[in-house]
Amino acid sequence: METGWLLPDLSDPTASEFWLGCARGELLVQACGSCGTRRMPPRPMCPRCRSTDVRWEPTSGRGRIWSFIVAHPPLLPAFSAVAPYNAIVVELDEAPTIRFVGNLVTGADGEINEIDPATITIGEPVRVVFHRIDDVTLPRWARS
Amino acid sequence: MARQPSSGLIKNKTAVAGIGQTAFGKGLADTELSLACQAISSALADAGIHPSEVDGVASYTMEPNREVDVARNVGLGEITWFSQVGFGGGAGCGVVGQAAMAVATGQCSVAIAWRARKRADPTSRPWAQAQARLADSSQWTRPFGVIRPVDEIALLTRRYMHEYGGTRDHLANIALAFRKHASRNPASTMGHKPMTRDDYMNARWISEPLCLFDNCLETDGALAVVVVSAERARDLKQPPAYIHAFAQGLPPQHQTMTNYFNEDPLRGPAWTAARRMWEMADVTPADVKVAQLYDAFSPLIILSLEGYGFCARGDGGPFTDDGNIEWPNGRLPVNTSGGGMSEAYVHGFNLVLEGARQIRGTSTAQVEGADVSLVTSGEGVPTSAILFTKDA
Ligand SMILES: [Zn+2]
Repeated sequence: METGWLLPDLSDPTASEFWLGCARGELLVQACGSCGTRRMPPRPMCPRCRSTDVRWEPTSGRGRIWSFIVAHPPLLPAFSAVAPYNAIVVELDEAPTIRFVGNLVTGADGEINEIDPATITIGEPVRVVFHRIDDVTLPRWARS
Repeated sequence: MARQPSSGLIKNKTAVAGIGQTAFGKGLADTELSLACQAISSALADAGIHPSEVDGVASYTMEPNREVDVARNVGLGEITWFSQVGFGGGAGCGVVGQAAMAVATGQCSVAIAWRARKRADPTSRPWAQAQARLADSSQWTRPFGVIRPVDEIALLTRRYMHEYGGTRDHLANIALAFRKHASRNPASTMGHKPMTRDDYMNARWISEPLCLFDNCLETDGALAVVVVSAERARDLKQPPAYIHAFAQGLPPQHQTMTNYFNEDPLRGPAWTAARRMWEMADVTPADVKVAQLYDAFSPLIILSLEGYGFCARGDGGPFTDDGNIEWPNGRLPVNTSGGGMSEAYVHGFNLVLEGARQIRGTSTAQVEGADVSLVTSGEGVPTSAILFTKDA
């Protein structure tokens, strides 16, 4: 870990397809290979039909801010260094109960502390952008 | 209101007959094991039961002290039942309720439950021990800076405020009420520090919309209870706090404090525990005279007031207005010892003891005629709740 950032373990078999998608610039969601029900975060079994078949589907990458916070220290050192910063929850336009935690940024390489928190509102439309840290590509969100 | 006969097999069958606690503080010299054993030993002395009679042991999965070590120190007898409950602060009423189930079903006759913790040292913060690479559900939150429990709950709080119009004034009502209650409790760690609404409003942010005073304390200390049958309890030294009803709660598609990934994230585990608990009980929320509601964070009080049926959804904020949750005149005095925010934060176990003290009549903010006393554990995680009653 070069940056001290908390990052996913890309070898986690349940989630690796998601992170591989991000690296290709795609925001994927897991869907049941049998009944098609979408579910996030990913897991091995469909809670609707008990199938263990999974597939990964592309999304619009567009959504709305469902909630947000502004985090202040005490935090881990890598995060304290950029605090206060925002974190948001986004609900997908096409499936509002599919939600992602992320950050609101000005663009793919924007910092998570750049946007004035006083301007962030619930319901704001956002689109996904992708930001690389070490060997991981994280989905973040820009105003759309 | 009339109720269907309960199917519950444990109703009024057991009671908390002994309670014990160590001092609370920061940097206590004793080890967690020593603190646990002191609290247990004091709870047994309070009940007037010799440690060799203890044959049941219930603890949190997060408890650092193993049953074997506790038993070898306190001098417990032959243990025929032991069990643990998971999910951190959700386990408090869980361990006591499971002990009650074990006593009621004859798996043991004298059960102890406890929590010991040295959390006052900042290096003991669980979130600060995060691994560099995340393979569990934290990979969906921590890479985005949602690192601490307070961040996780702040996201739900902001959404709650948006949906229902909750305000910081409501959260301040909670922090101020608990501090006021702590000021009467010599065992509390914050009772000597009065808090004003200005103090609250000017406190530093931790995770907006939550400030310092929306957070629980970081405390060293231990507490324990002794659970025996109702018959036995009647012959012991202390007035029994009967375990009238008990339930745990883990709702469908729930994901602990990062519960953003289902249809209705603001309908938490309290709703599940409450449904079962009220089904079992001969009383209703209107009969509850005093409540100890889990308060790792102030918004959990609002969610719990709604979940346990004291008000409608969305009305938990206004419920805290006009001194409604304050001793002595509030409609429902809440966290009368000061709770996790102003007495001590020992994973909610101090709430269990205060719930029993209210039934005994020995609280430092004693509610007159407290014959039904509710205690709840962590909302936002798989949880548990107990209704204590004065009469069985
Ligand atoms: Zn399916």
